[in-house]
Amino acid sequence: MGPSAVRLLNIFVPIKRAVDYAVKIRVNPEQTGIDLNVKHSMNPFDEIAVEEAVRIRERLKDAVKSIKVVTIGPPKSAETLRTALAMGADSAIHVEIPESAPAPEPLGVAKTLRALIERQKEGVDVVIMGKQAIDDDAGQTGQMLAGLLGWSQATFASKVVVDPEQKVANVTREIDGGLEELRCKLPVIITTDLRLNEPRYASLPNIMKAKKKPVEKLTTAELGIDLTPRLETIKVTEPPKRVGGGKVANVDELLAKLKEAGITGKHA
Amino acid sequence: MFRAASRSVRATKLRSKTLVGPSRMFSVSAMRAEEPQLNSLSTFTEEENMFRDSVKRFAVDVVGPKVREMDEKESMDPIVIQGLFEQGLMGIETSAEHGGAEASFTSAIIAIEELAKIDPSVSVMCDVHNTLVNTILRKYGTKEQQDKWLPLLSNSKLGSFCLSEPVSGSDAFALQTRATKDGDHWVINGSKMWITNSYEAEIFLIFANIDPSKGYKGITCFIATRDMGVQIAKKEEKLGIRASSTCTLNFDDLRIPAENIIGGEGKGYKLAIEILNEGRIGIAAQMLGLAQGAFDKAVPYTYQRTQFGQPIGTFQGMQFQIAEAAVELETARLLTYNAARRKEEGRSFTKEAAMAKYWASNVAQRVSGSAIEWCGGVGFTRETGIEKFWRDSKIGAIYEGTSNIQLQTIAKFIQQEYS
Repeated sequence: MGPSAVRLLNIFVPIKRAVDYAVKIRVNPEQTGIDLNVKHSMNPFDEIAVEEAVRIRERLKDAVKSIKVVTIGPPKSAETLRTALAMGADSAIHVEIPESAPAPEPLGVAKTLRALIERQKEGVDVVIMGKQAIDDDAGQTGQMLAGLLGWSQATFASKVVVDPEQKVANVTREIDGGLEELRCKLPVIITTDLRLNEPRYASLPNIMKAKKKPVEKLTTAELGIDLTPRLETIKVTEPPKRVGGGKVANVDELLAKLKEAGITGKHA
Repeated sequence: MFRAASRSVRATKLRSKTLVGPSRMFSVSAMRAEEPQLNSLSTFTEEENMFRDSVKRFAVDVVGPKVREMDEKESMDPIVIQGLFEQGLMGIETSAEHGGAEASFTSAIIAIEELAKIDPSVSVMCDVHNTLVNTILRKYGTKEQQDKWLPLLSNSKLGSFCLSEPVSGSDAFALQTRATKDGDHWVINGSKMWITNSYEAEIFLIFANIDPSKGYKGITCFIATRDMGVQIAKKEEKLGIRASSTCTLNFDDLRIPAENIIGGEGKGYKLAIEILNEGRIGIAAQMLGLAQGAFDKAVPYTYQRTQFGQPIGTFQGMQFQIAEAAVELETARLLTYNAARRKEEGRSFTKEAAMAKYWASNVAQRVSGSAIEWCGGVGFTRETGIEKFWRDSKIGAIYEGTSNIQLQTIAKFIQQEYS
């Protein structure tokens, strides 16, 4: 233990209830969006985030004071919070929006999360969240949140090592060129990538224990946030059906077909 | 199915007010002035739904890749057994004090069904351990026995239920295994046959007669560990559920302390009858999961495979067969879950359990057989795992009470009601 008192870590994990990855998505008849009357589950990247928070606690043990999960969503999102509690989170916050409300946009989510973080009396040291949600694939919320709070950020994490005594997080990021290592001062926003970990299954005893863990309910009004969308979706259509290809006998025929299709390379 | 899931969330809010402790009694008493909570059998508590999702994922991710190998090798992979324990699947109804999940009986049924959709062998291992072994201790064990054995069964030690013998199957209580008193021990001699889980089990519930002059009233239940001297003899080579071990056990002057009698001397008959009633619902769930698993594997294929210019699943003849199979699945599902809920409510359920087990095993045979035919040659080869369901289904009509025994049980109830 160092000479200065090490504050125990408070980990904050925002999660989202999204269409399940295995569902075959169909555009709704009005062409305003996709058919949402399908199976939903926790966004897979957020599961990885919850898992990482639990693993950080397993590594650092008593140095982690709390793991709090939060979601912004309709009443059904409570199920997603329960799953996170069953995986090992201590408590949850549900910012409930009406069933009929439009899906919150990344900036709105980031502002809500900032308001929640600033409300936490014991402070927040590490925010771990999915890099993107598999329904909108926006990939913006983590970065926006870091900007709003003025905190360090490390996105697309494939490895996270938190050092509470040094008050840093060493994060390995997956970038186009390979891997990048960052040392970030706490507090930090980390977004998870696929290879960070493999989430555990919630065991039955933990599912039953999760029932007793506290869930705080809040509204956006109480937080002073307006989640009105700034974007209007005009139309959603399926991509054109794939037309079958054809076989060619040799390279010359291939070149002829390419020229026919208008793909002429001057140096072909 | 998904609308039902959303309904269940609302139902939970109402139900949780009427829940009384771990036994999940829903108050549907006619004596109350208030209306009973009326739900379809598609309604489950939030925990039950979460649990189903969790078991499903475990079954698909951990068990799935090993199914074929375990079947071909006729052997249960230790990693699968360990996974079942780690997921809390081996102490589903057991109290938290004893390392269990303190969940509902229906939760156990859900686990058995979901496991069977992937591998009926793994499902029966979980079923016997929970609905037979754990339940006997929870219901008939003394506090000391529960404190001693339940944590072991919840955490790491597989259990086995030893009733049948070479001479006694349906006529279970004609068993010949004898127990003779010797000071503060009992000495057991005899053999058991067709014992599920026995190859890997460490804890055995053994039924032996302490006083043959009393007939079935001498039958007593003993709990033993393998290291007391239980001999595992021949492991059967079977048509189906090949990864589930089925062995002959021999007891040659096996010494068991007198404190290891469960439920009292001479109470083994009553104990076994009652426990097998519950176990029946478990087998119904296994057969249901099996049938559903075969259906879920075969039907998507029929919408991909095209012949004569269209997916074979869109020919009317096929559509009718698939629809009929779906109806049968639904009937098996309703019988199974209704029997489970009746038990939770404290209603009599023996007749319904017999009906569920008889019918589900019946449906499993037909649906899994159809599944093979729908997939043609692909269904017949072992590679896709479809034919395995059909082979696995045959045992459903045989163990834990043959179909004829179930029909006899049902007929007795009818005779009582109508004559």
